Amino acid sequence: MKEFLRPVFLVTWKDILLELRSREVVIASMVFAVMVVVIFNFALNVTPETVDILAPGILWVAFAFAGVLAMSRAFVIEKDQGSLEGLLLCPVSRDSLYFGKMLALFLFMTVVEAVLLPIFAVLFDFSAFSFTLIGVILLATLGFATVGTLFSSIAVNTRSREIMLPVLFFPVITPVIIGAVETSTGAIGSSVNVIGVGRWLQLIAVFDAVFLVLCPWAFGLVMEE
Amino acid sequence: MNRSEGTPAIKVVGLHKDFGDYPVLRGLNLTVEWGRLLVIFGANGSGKTTLLKLLATQYRPDRGEIWVGGIRRSQDPVAIRRIIGVVAHQPMLYQDMTCQENLTFFGRMHGLDDIPRRIDDVLHKVGLEVRRHQRVRTLSHGMQKRLAIGRAILHDPPILLMDEPESGLDQEALASMGDLLRMEAGSNRTAVMTTHNVDRGLAWGQEVAVLSDGVIAYKADRDSLDEGRFRGTYLKQIEVAP
Repeated sequence: MKEFLRPVFLVTWKDILLELRSREVVIASMVFAVMVVVIFNFALNVTPETVDILAPGILWVAFAFAGVLAMSRAFVIEKDQGSLEGLLLCPVSRDSLYFGKMLALFLFMTVVEAVLLPIFAVLFDFSAFSFTLIGVILLATLGFATVGTLFSSIAVNTRSREIMLPVLFFPVITPVIIGAVETSTGAIGSSVNVIGVGRWLQLIAVFDAVFLVLCPWAFGLVMEE
Repeated sequence: MNRSEGTPAIKVVGLHKDFGDYPVLRGLNLTVEWGRLLVIFGANGSGKTTLLKLLATQYRPDRGEIWVGGIRRSQDPVAIRRIIGVVAHQPMLYQDMTCQENLTFFGRMHGLDDIPRRIDDVLHKVGLEVRRHQRVRTLSHGMQKRLAIGRAILHDPPILLMDEPESGLDQEALASMGDLLRMEAGSNRTAVMTTHNVDRGLAWGQEVAVLSDGVIAYKADRDSLDEGRFRGTYLKQIEVAP
């Protein structure tokens, strides 16, 4: 287990170090997400009566698109100067490389969401400190990072990588986005439908579990040649 | 790794590799004994890089089998990656990390002990001690290439695979690379390198081979080589290569 986890944390540490130096992923995603929220805030007349209906959708549009921005950079830093080849030549399993990249992406997206959520709560006037809301954000972000890491590794080898990534990503991640919006509606709204929220959370958890098995396996195939 | 007598450092049998409809390697056979430096010549598109990537486990063969250090590629590619060092066209380094950080990262990924001492040794060998805390981005192409060689030998691999390692280097860097390769050859390390440059390949190699039409068309010891005839035949072959 230690042999497996060592390269996972090394790859994550390396990505964090590179991000601290370049600030390419988190800052760009954060600015983009804040802009989306601010534009929606002015474009839609969100009142206390409509906040339950509109806010979750806006929140997840911002999270999803900011996430795609972060994903698009995940493997570009590896592709530059052939460092991905250097990683693949290390005597570690492809799975540990996948989980290292996935964990770094999950952390970057979580940082962006942690900054965006209070801003969003202030603009739309609701309490962001709900365990259900934080729980669904973490679960859905895990799903985003799981699928996004795989598709980012596929898209980086294509000529139109910026187009390819969202085209691959959104059809697969749609159940998570729907589940996250439904759960957030329950968490933000005054009347929480506990049964409904629980089912959507289960759906997201099952999605995460399935793709946490499938994606590392597919990553190994994609990286073979 | 099996370094016993009779087990070659590299053995390739009936290797085929196609890209789409285009066959690159067509039943290639090759044996490299321990401690030898083999230089592979070949025209553009002859499959030199493909062969090295197959040896380095970066590509999967369509047919045929590869043994590196006595380890069968189809059985344990991770074990092969542990005993090889690779120098490719690109430096395979992180531009926003310093020389030391890059070497530390790859050293840890190889699970090495005593990484600081190894880094000192390697930076001394490639002449980059004073650049150790400089980011790779700020190094010249030649320095990056030297650091790439340092990364490749950091884990002291018994087998070194180098794809045109001299490309883009200035005269000074070429001279120091020649010294490094001679030092490596003297260290009983097995090395396979590809090159276009006949003069340099003949100066550095202990064995030479020519890759043509997807197979090793010629292989000989450098000492027993008729240099004039080799040059003539090889250069003529490059001219007619598609």
